[in-house]
Amino acid sequence: MHINGQIGFTTTCLLIFLACGFVMNGCSPKDEASVARTAGTQLTIKNKGSDTMVNLAQAWAEQYTNASTTASVEVSGGGSGTGVAALINGTVDIANCSRQIKPKELELAAQNTGKAPQEFIVGYDALAVYVHQDTPLDKITITQLAEIYGENGTLTKWSDLGISHSDCPSDKIIRISRQSNSGTYFYFREALLGASRDFRIGSLDLHGSKDVVEVVGRTPCAIGYSGMGYATSHVKMLEVAADTDSPYYPPNLENVLAKTYPIARPLYMYSLGEPTGEVKGYLDWILSPEGQKIVEKLGFVPLESM
Amino acid sequence: MNILRKKSATNLPFSETAIELFIRLCGISSIIFVFGIFFFVFREGAGFLFNGLDLGQFLTSVEWQPTSLNNKRYGAFALIVGTFSVTTLAMCIAVPFGLGAAIFVSEFCSPKLRETFKIVIELLAAIPSVVWGFIGLTLMNQMIIRVFNAPIGLTMLNGSIMLALMSVPIIVSIAEDALKAVPDSYREAAEALGATRWQVVYRVLLPAAKNGLLAAVLLGAARSIGETMAVLMATGHSVNIPSGPLSWIRTLTATIAAELGEVARGDEHYQVLFIIGILLFTITFVVNLIADLVIKGIRQES
Repeated sequence: MHINGQIGFTTTCLLIFLACGFVMNGCSPKDEASVARTAGTQLTIKNKGSDTMVNLAQAWAEQYTNASTTASVEVSGGGSGTGVAALINGTVDIANCSRQIKPKELELAAQNTGKAPQEFIVGYDALAVYVHQDTPLDKITITQLAEIYGENGTLTKWSDLGISHSDCPSDKIIRISRQSNSGTYFYFREALLGASRDFRIGSLDLHGSKDVVEVVGRTPCAIGYSGMGYATSHVKMLEVAADTDSPYYPPNLENVLAKTYPIARPLYMYSLGEPTGEVKGYLDWILSPEGQKIVEKLGFVPLESM
Repeated sequence: MNILRKKSATNLPFSETAIELFIRLCGISSIIFVFGIFFFVFREGAGFLFNGLDLGQFLTSVEWQPTSLNNKRYGAFALIVGTFSVTTLAMCIAVPFGLGAAIFVSEFCSPKLRETFKIVIELLAAIPSVVWGFIGLTLMNQMIIRVFNAPIGLTMLNGSIMLALMSVPIIVSIAEDALKAVPDSYREAAEALGATRWQVVYRVLLPAAKNGLLAAVLLGAARSIGETMAVLMATGHSVNIPSGPLSWIRTLTATIAAELGEVARGDEHYQVLFIIGILLFTITFVVNLIADLVIKGIRQES
């Protein structure tokens, strides 16, 4: 009888102990200083944000981690908004952003972490307007795009653009857009519609730059926008003009650098406070010719033509 | 052993009390968690719900423009319609399959086959929803384009098929239990009267187990309403009132999943997403409550 009681007691203690351990583990204080020292002497730089930049950030991270003995870089996507939110919470070292940070977000970050985010332009991205490869259309103006995507827009059919699209029997333009925490979404809306007009509802809001191109490549009726680095053989990039009186420019390196292509934007990285140590080393390397070479390799536009 | 039990019942050692307390806590915790979650969701959304949100617009307008710079509109009607339409279509697919499988497993198949079936069905339930979403995005997308000659395969139909596959295991296991609960004397009596096997099922078992079957369907529906990842990936995620199974839609759950990551805490948009959470909570609560009452109905009958 006595033994029974003993075992019961031990088991109870063990159970409670385990339960406590479980709870404690779950609630252990978050790593405030986000540069965490891993097992060896390597430091992990945490980098998060824009889906547009995620491939680029990963390529940078890989090359840098391979070359560096003192630091490794951890990259995740989720959208520019997600990256900025993480920066505000102080859980990343560098946030990738395909739009400029908003004044309100700057303020919040400074308030929450005590450090003001520092901005770095790390490259340029031209947003290409994609259609299916069989679409008999080569050029489009910003005004037309605004009427396609904008609220109360007048262009809803391919015939409205003056083309007969034999692969699209319904003649309806299927608008492919991005989810609303994407920097691409905000930038495209601002470039097309300014601050006063919204996108028309009813577009397919996909969850990644690559998805947009993939879906457009499978859908003859579709039109979509995404970074020009994501082009595949199933899609066609349209030449874009600001309006009917302006010349049309295809999205390419020269036109972006010459600032003639109308929908190109800078890509940003934000660090918390003035970068120091490994984070500074990493950012410097990204801005160096070696880092910029990767920008070009992935279909983005480097800071200077090389 | 008997002596042991008697002894501990009269004079409880400390360990027994501790274990009892621990188990009691475990039991109560689920209630605390449910109320805690409801309280949290409600608290986050309440400010805007009672002060600022136009509830009429929220429930009837299709204009979902939460990120507009100067004219934010929170009309969730299209999202509500999306959720209900995709769930209804999913149930139209899942109910015949689910109930049919349950009847087969419980009445027609050999005991050995039954065990295999049960394992496979449980396996179906264990597939993560993001995997279903992935199948919807790639495989089912292509199939719908080919079979229906649709311009794009990310549609309500796609999402419904994924949801149906996810809720079938729930429907099968609960419906099978309900059929099992029908006393064997019913079957024997029916067979004694000369009924064929199918007549036994159709005329005796289904009416006798109807409450349990209804509960199975309702719990399957609750699963569909709450599902997020698969519908986010498979339905096209478009604010749109569907005109048919090949329209693309957006659901309440997918909207929360897609947008909550970006909003600033305490923002209007953030609060509206929590109000959608309250709405979802209410819907699933009502569905589960009905299912519960229905199941209670069976218990009282038997």
